[in-house]
Amino acid sequence: MLSGLITSLFGGISVGSVLLIAALGLAIVFGLMGVINMAHGELMMMGAYTTFLVQNACKGTPFADLYIFPAIIAAFLVAGLLGFLLERTVVRHLYGRPLETLLATWGVSLILQQLVRSVSWQFMIGIGIFGGLYYGGNLLLSKGELTKFDWKKLLLTTVAGIASLVICNALGDIFKLAITQPWFGAQNVDVTAPSWLLGGLPIGEDQLPSTRIFIIALTACCVAGVYWFLNKSMWGLRIRAVTQNREMSSCLGIPTDRVDALTFALGSGLAGIAGVAVSLLGSVGPNTGTNYIIDTFMVVVVGGVGKLVGSIVAALVLGTTSYLIGSDSFAPLLSWAPPLASFFTFFSNSSMAKVMVFSAIFVFLQARPAGLFPQKGRTVEN
Amino acid sequence: MARKFRRREILILGSTAAGSILLKACTPNAPNATPSASGSPSGASPAAATGDGIKVGLLHSLSGTMAISEKSVVDAEQLAIEEINKAGGVLGKQIIPIVEDGKSDWPTFNEKAKKLIDQDKVATVFGCWTSSSRKAVLETFETKKHMLWYPVQYEGQECSQNVFYTGAAPNQQIEPSVEWLLKTYPGKPFFLVGSDYVFPKTANSIIKAQLAAKGGKVVGEEYIPLGNNEVSSVIAKIKKALPQGGIIYNSLNGDTNVAFFKQLQGAGMGPDKYPSMSVSIAEEEVQAIGTQYLKGHFAAWNYFQTVDTPASKKFAAAFKAKFGEKRVVNDPMEAAYTMVYLWKQSVEKAKTYEDLEKVRAAAIGQSFEAPNGKVVMNANHHISKIVRIGKVREDGLFEIVNSTPTAVEPVPWNQYVAETKGFACDWSDPAKGGKYKKA
Repeated sequence: MLSGLITSLFGGISVGSVLLIAALGLAIVFGLMGVINMAHGELMMMGAYTTFLVQNACKGTPFADLYIFPAIIAAFLVAGLLGFLLERTVVRHLYGRPLETLLATWGVSLILQQLVRSVSWQFMIGIGIFGGLYYGGNLLLSKGELTKFDWKKLLLTTVAGIASLVICNALGDIFKLAITQPWFGAQNVDVTAPSWLLGGLPIGEDQLPSTRIFIIALTACCVAGVYWFLNKSMWGLRIRAVTQNREMSSCLGIPTDRVDALTFALGSGLAGIAGVAVSLLGSVGPNTGTNYIIDTFMVVVVGGVGKLVGSIVAALVLGTTSYLIGSDSFAPLLSWAPPLASFFTFFSNSSMAKVMVFSAIFVFLQARPAGLFPQKGRTVEN
Repeated sequence: MARKFRRREILILGSTAAGSILLKACTPNAPNATPSASGSPSGASPAAATGDGIKVGLLHSLSGTMAISEKSVVDAEQLAIEEINKAGGVLGKQIIPIVEDGKSDWPTFNEKAKKLIDQDKVATVFGCWTSSSRKAVLETFETKKHMLWYPVQYEGQECSQNVFYTGAAPNQQIEPSVEWLLKTYPGKPFFLVGSDYVFPKTANSIIKAQLAAKGGKVVGEEYIPLGNNEVSSVIAKIKKALPQGGIIYNSLNGDTNVAFFKQLQGAGMGPDKYPSMSVSIAEEEVQAIGTQYLKGHFAAWNYFQTVDTPASKKFAAAFKAKFGEKRVVNDPMEAAYTMVYLWKQSVEKAKTYEDLEKVRAAAIGQSFEAPNGKVVMNANHHISKIVRIGKVREDGLFEIVNSTPTAVEPVPWNQYVAETKGFACDWSDPAKGGKYKKA
């Protein structure tokens, strides 16, 4: 009985911690900045692919079993850098326009998915040549400044396009598979947990999976790190200030532009770490991210936009409830009330558990539209 | 903060986008020298240059959820077409494949099917993977009296005049595997796990009917939505239902399989106590899930890369030479490769590729030395083929632990399910057709 209780509780917390680590980055990007980032899942996917690359790089070296630690750092950096680029090139132009942000980031998510499917040396060389010719030509034409539209630009684009096409096709014919073979392809790739994470911790008859324990620990570290960063560091203070009142912060000399970029990069980097975590549990493929996007938004909305603590509580509550309902843990406790027990048994499969959790959220949001921990103060009115 | 795009930015972004589209258009056809994804004939292709060839459609998902599986099927079809073209083509003409992307979206499949038939005037279409996509295009092929070749094992209960099914019918995969499990693990209870859509549900109803008839026991049945990675509650239920161990019959599809096996292993449920039989895990999926997690589990198919025949070795070697040493071949790819050859033989026998009635009539009875063994196209538009059970080895390939001595004849209408018991299909006899009561 006791071991059953422990495994149930553990199962719930572990499901919650996966939700939390996936939603943590979004809690910052969407919660604090108000940016609806539909590419959040794809940033996770990039983290998962980074894990795959680091794992392969470490294969055969003495550190093969410890690849997970450099993978966490690499995933944070890769996803963070990607997030930084995304903010500088796309999101920056769309602040205050949520619908356009939603569409633009969704487009980015599709581009990233297709990118991992078709990226190959030939593809990269082609893009490199096009970019080099185009921007190099631009630099020569306008002496460092990209100015107004003229026919030279059009010509340049065409020339760069045709040149890259011809060269990448020629390279493809010369080197064949060596460069035309996709790096990852459309198939999923395998990430295998290091051998010390393969087993589990025995509890009576059952065992607690080590990967789950590792993810719970990783989530706890990330939450602690984010709390420390937001509350104790200089940039954290600036981020909080800009969240609360952008104009006033700007007046007081906070570089809001840089704060925005940093916040977005931080949220994206956390998505990368979440990618490492989910690669231990599930598949790593072009669609990895799409599977998480709804759940993560749900966590942030239920928790209350703008409050980190809300996301944490919401993730744990949602994870535990859906696990307990899904695994039919309530029925034995309700043996004194057969109709109630059969009610829970009816909802105890993955699809129906989701139905029940979503209906509960719906009712909850009717009662408290701003979530568990609503934002208080003047910013709410904006 | 809210700043409008300026014209130069639009120009830059626009031209970058245009450039990448150009690049994208060039990449797929460069290595193959076949027409590009958009269907425009490339100058590199000799057949297109002369303008004298037979156009065929390849209709699969190259993007979206199903791209994972369907991309390799397109590769296998391209390989078969290339081989045939090198050997002189069909009726002295080169085959020109026109690749369309169904985008894992069923209405798109139908739209593209119409486009291939009406606009490109293809001689036939090779396509689809999921039953949902096949059902979506079925009506189009039937009303336009056109021809579809379908390469994937499926749940049966269908027999269209306009479709040739070269994957397994349930009696060529599911039923023999259940029988084998009953023989190998006598008395062990079954737990059925599947994705939440038509194929696993139909498959499981067949399995339940079969087990009820043969004295097997089912202790639980669970369905997980497609793409769901959170399977821990299902694993907890399996453990509760099978405390002494038992057989897991797995018809999960796609990404969920990865999560399922990774977490099964984490919960300490290995194949010695909980052997599993999968119907959607082939060589490619084993690679993607990771061998550590799958070693010792079983899968049922008609073809494994380890099948030891000259035709199988030739197929695997040719595929690796074209697409890279790392790639593997699997059952749906083998069926896709085989169906292109079966179509070619039918066209040659009918001496026409335009008169589909004649091609259909000629197809029945065609036999081919396929990689999985000798296959024969039956009058019910399905093919007879050998059924095999494989066990995942250390290197990610399958050790074949059981195979039927001869090819199993296909039974599209299931004989265990009450509604279709006694029905059969025969397109060689106009009086019988797609669904008639056997005498």
